[in-house]
Amino acid sequence: MNRIRQALPSVLVIALLLSVWWAVVRATASVIFPTPWQVVTGTLELVEDGTLWMHIGASLFRVGTGFLLAVVLAVPLGLWMGWVRGAFVTLNPIFQILRPISPIAWIPIAILWFGVGNASPIYLIFISSLFPMIVQTTAGVHTIERRYLRAAENFGVSRTTLFTRVVVPAVLPQIIVGMRIGLGVAWLVVVAAEMIALRSGLGYLIIDSRNAGNRYDLVIAGMILIGVIGLMLDGLMRLLEGLRSVRWRYAH
Amino acid sequence: MRTKIEAKDVQKSFVSDAGPLCVVEGASFSVGDGEFVALVGPSGCGKSTLMSMLAGFVRPDRGSVQIDGVEVAKPSPSAIHISQHGSIFPWLTVRENLMFGLDRHARAERAGLADHYAGLVGLTGFEKSYPHELSGGMLKRAELARALVVKPEILFMDEPFSALDALLSLRLRGELLRILSEERHTVLLITHDVEEAIHLADRVLVLAPRPTRIQAIFEVPFSHPRKLASPEVQQLRVEILRELGVDRFD
Repeated sequence: MNRIRQALPSVLVIALLLSVWWAVVRATASVIFPTPWQVVTGTLELVEDGTLWMHIGASLFRVGTGFLLAVVLAVPLGLWMGWVRGAFVTLNPIFQILRPISPIAWIPIAILWFGVGNASPIYLIFISSLFPMIVQTTAGVHTIERRYLRAAENFGVSRTTLFTRVVVPAVLPQIIVGMRIGLGVAWLVVVAAEMIALRSGLGYLIIDSRNAGNRYDLVIAGMILIGVIGLMLDGLMRLLEGLRSVRWRYAH
Repeated sequence: MRTKIEAKDVQKSFVSDAGPLCVVEGASFSVGDGEFVALVGPSGCGKSTLMSMLAGFVRPDRGSVQIDGVEVAKPSPSAIHISQHGSIFPWLTVRENLMFGLDRHARAERAGLADHYAGLVGLTGFEKSYPHELSGGMLKRAELARALVVKPEILFMDEPFSALDALLSLRLRGELLRILSEERHTVLLITHDVEEAIHLADRVLVLAPRPTRIQAIFEVPFSHPRKLASPEVQQLRVEILRELGVDRFD
């Protein structure tokens, strides 16, 4: 009941926006810009011919692959850079230079290296979610409170135990934050990457719908789907924050 | 009594913006085996730095710290340091925290030992709780249990009860005494609470303001359980406070 009451204002605002949209399209008698209902029927069309699931599946596959590759590289690398001062001093400047480069700027190079198949967007997602996760993980190691390291030192545990029982769990909340940021960026990038060439994915759906006969109902349907799926992916990541062994960090 | 801890002319400075800042200057004292010694002194007088050197976390610039006649080079599980702010790992359960220092024991034995010491400090039923689910007093109990479970010869306690309310701190003092009557440890306690020092310790060392050195030593000749309200205890308290520069009691 409480949750319903909490959601009520935003539901009302969405309803208001939809009605304004509807009214404006009606008033201007636009032939290109669709009404909300036309977006719904357009979406149903895609559901019926099965292309909707194909596009969503293609985008999720690219994001999943690129993102997981980035996690596999970024987490160990971030831990290493955080723990070994020499690694940080050597590698950090390189990452600081690479980090501000928009993933979109990598598109020409991605096409050159990987062609126009699945590998290009996967590479773009990989490169764009890699840096935030490295930065978060490294910062996480650097901010471990000294009292915990001292306690571990006091008990005379091995380096392996120190790493697996203290360093990694201490940094885990930060790694999860990095993964949330990384996945968010990955989802932004997959859509941009798919606008370039491929024949599938939600980004392709948007560009193709416009090019093939000004189907703006499908353009908007694609946009809304991207938003909703992005929200769901973030929700999935937030589930990780509920793990009992990391909750100490968020429980404020 | 055999000497357990021996500090000889220990000195430590830190570099600050205003040049080197001497925090400990020529502290010399010894602690006997099984003895309970309290260090009292004004806040920020370098007590914690002194204790860090005794526990092996920090090396003195000059002088030496010896335990059982051997120079202290690094921290050791035979001398556990309980820090002021606590260092119970928040990502491990109470039981996992207690098992942390028991790497060398068999797996089954570890859980048994952990639960035994959880019981000793009154944490039975909370073995599977995470620290953020515990109260401040329970965290201190867990901290104490984690130190005791590795059977250290020495406990270094840096204001362990200062963050607790007066009632809880009094109760934990009583429990510490009970545990120490069951298991023998050499204890060095830092506190700014003179009454706490007299309640617990065999001897009280009064430290001078920074740079720290030993200013006076008081024997506490009363047997346990001590009556804190007795005139003798109050007299000793007044003497120690006077040594600390507090002359008026109104």
